[in-house]
Amino acid sequence: MAAEMDSEKVQGILERHSERVNAIIDGYEGRKDLMISLLQDVQAEFNYVPRDAMVQISQRLDVPLSQVFSIATFFKAFNLTPRGRHLITVCDGTACHVRGGLRLIDKLDRDLGLTPGGTTEDGRFTLETVRCLGACALGPLMVIDGKYHGQMSSNKLDRTLRSYT
Amino acid sequence: MSIEQVDRLVDVAALERLRQSIIEKRNPFQLRLRICNGTGCLASGADEVTAAFEAELTRRGLSAEINLVKSGCHGFCEKGPLVVVEPQETFYQRVKPEHVPAIVAATLDGKIVEELLYVDPATGERILHEQEVPFYRGQTRLVFGSNGTIDPTQIEDYIAIGGYSALAKALTQMSTAEIIDEVKRSGLRGRGGGGFPTGVKWESCRRADGDIKYVVCNADEGDPGAYMDRSLLEGTPHAVLEGMIIGAHAIGAHEGYIYVRNEYPLAVSNARRAIEQAMAYGLLGKDILGSGFDFKVSINRGGGAFVCGESSALMASLEGQVGEPRAKYVHTVEKGLWDRPTCLNNVETWANVPLIINRGADWYNQIGTEKSKGTKIFSLVGKVNNTGLVEVPMGIPLRDIIFDIGGGILDGKKFKAVQTGGPSGGFIPESLLHLPVDFDRLTEAGSMMGSGAMIVMDEGTCMVNMAKFFIDFLEEESCGKCVPCREGIDRMGEVLERITTGKGRMEDLELLEALADTLRLGSLCALGSTAANPVLTSLRYFRDEYIAHVVDKKCPAGECQALIQYSIISEKCTGCMVCVRECPSHAVTGKRREPAVIDLAVCSKCGVCYDVCRFDAVKRA
Repeated sequence: MAAEMDSEKVQGILERHSERVNAIIDGYEGRKDLMISLLQDVQAEFNYVPRDAMVQISQRLDVPLSQVFSIATFFKAFNLTPRGRHLITVCDGTACHVRGGLRLIDKLDRDLGLTPGGTTEDGRFTLETVRCLGACALGPLMVIDGKYHGQMSSNKLDRTLRSYT
Repeated sequence: MSIEQVDRLVDVAALERLRQSIIEKRNPFQLRLRICNGTGCLASGADEVTAAFEAELTRRGLSAEINLVKSGCHGFCEKGPLVVVEPQETFYQRVKPEHVPAIVAATLDGKIVEELLYVDPATGERILHEQEVPFYRGQTRLVFGSNGTIDPTQIEDYIAIGGYSALAKALTQMSTAEIIDEVKRSGLRGRGGGGFPTGVKWESCRRADGDIKYVVCNADEGDPGAYMDRSLLEGTPHAVLEGMIIGAHAIGAHEGYIYVRNEYPLAVSNARRAIEQAMAYGLLGKDILGSGFDFKVSINRGGGAFVCGESSALMASLEGQVGEPRAKYVHTVEKGLWDRPTCLNNVETWANVPLIINRGADWYNQIGTEKSKGTKIFSLVGKVNNTGLVEVPMGIPLRDIIFDIGGGILDGKKFKAVQTGGPSGGFIPESLLHLPVDFDRLTEAGSMMGSGAMIVMDEGTCMVNMAKFFIDFLEEESCGKCVPCREGIDRMGEVLERITTGKGRMEDLELLEALADTLRLGSLCALGSTAANPVLTSLRYFRDEYIAHVVDKKCPAGECQALIQYSIISEKCTGCMVCVRECPSHAVTGKRREPAVIDLAVCSKCGVCYDVCRFDAVKRA
């Protein structure tokens, strides 16, 4: 009985997902050339690219699923697994690297067990590294949920993370 | 003025009338506060500063008297957030929200907030105006000049400073052949890295068979450390658009694309807004300025792949495909996007075009060296005092950029190398700092101009480790199509890993050189064929450092973790216990007011003790 309810619940969530994906696809008027932008919008909506969304895109745009999948895996921008509540992006571009960007990554691993591409067990943070965010004067640079934190240090990192729960 | 209300400009005379009316409405004595809202200053808190100004002006009921302008990037990102007060042009740096009431009060009284002025480190004097700051004094700001003075979201600001007059001239006073000839004679070469003559590219595209042609603006600035294209597109999007419209007209294209990184949200939104405004005024769309020429531009966001800076990969990505390059026996100017003739130029290249058309090829080709004309914007970053974007005439020596404009090396350390050209470029040692910035001279030195990243390294930077950094980057970014690139870069990474962990052999140096040759000869695109440049130049100029790693098992710069040890200098240690508390491995022990000790058997070499010590008492060797 309980399992049945669960599957109904899951079904409901999937349907709502599918409506949201459909709405995004509608905005592109069937244009296959805008696949990358479309996937970006899907990711912005769900915080990752769900498998079902790729199937839906493939069916509605009449593009082989393998092609949608190849685009979603070729480009760095896409995640195929859900991310944590807060996204930490540490820049490991040349300028930040020279100024000690790796130290921040080491510290996140030490303190939170967080490695690039990974998510903390409590789902609080996901860590990604990026090769240059174009704010090199402020290196080492870290972005949390779109907010830039420049000239980061191990000490500053603790204080900064505290405000994200 | 909202976009919907404007009248379409039916001809050039209408554009000039509009320009006059905008200028007449502006009061040159108007108090204006220009707040840099480029990405660098925003990251330093410019949005809070802007909000504080808005609140302060509202509180004083001065919103109508003092204009707030959110400008694009001024370039001196190190000192942000930057604020300039007009008409006096007072230049304030590192402004925080708590300074705002004092700035407003001083501005109203005709006074200056002394402590927010820039202090020249050489003389100790406070400097009042932006252009007198040494960082700006050595620059020639032709392309980047208006970036910090206008509001990029207002087309009227751009029109007021002469915007779209080059387009008007190109459409009405020049034939398409004359436009191409002007660009050819100017000597403009592609600013994205290749340095191909722009006019020649336009001409080939013009001559290529086909009714439908495209122009594309490459704003997929993937080169780590470079951000001039981002700042230009954010700060002066209309100059880029104007260049594209002129190019499209000359080539015979009616559709254009801006391919921009998704990591640049502000550039995307400012460019999008610029397109809407230009459409509303009839500077884009059908029958531009009554000339009969139609042109439209759309924006395409990239997916984050370094290889998409390569023309055929970029175009594949624009078509909604995976961004893999193809063999270019047939160039993209003949068969590019959707197999049609396509002219691809970089953001900075397009932004140079209006200048050339307005002021003429003869003026433009006076600037620079024999084969590299005009100015180039560099992002001066890394271990240098004045980081930011600098625009200099071609031919200026590297030393002038790093030491005069850049103000030398951080913390008084010794210069070691400058890396130009990103992952495809190379390291340039101190002995070559006299080299001028010139496409061909930098290539001769084993590096390249690239898109303009200039990363300064000091004595604490290990060149082997840096070479490994670039190889790791390229290993991730290789699309995997060509075996020499996909496998060769991997193998180079393994060899470098060996060397940096003290397991290297002398034969490894030759092996790296042999792999480099294979990469150069066996890759379809420039990503693979230039991938070995960082390794080759570090071997060429810093071979001793490789030998130290291999033979002595030492990292002279103290960066390669496996080859260094941390120890406490007892004479300097005050026993403050900070390192004891901070050490994550509990390897540092000691008592208050007694020198600490590091247990090397437990030490994980994370370097935290070195970072936290305020007395330079931790030795890394």
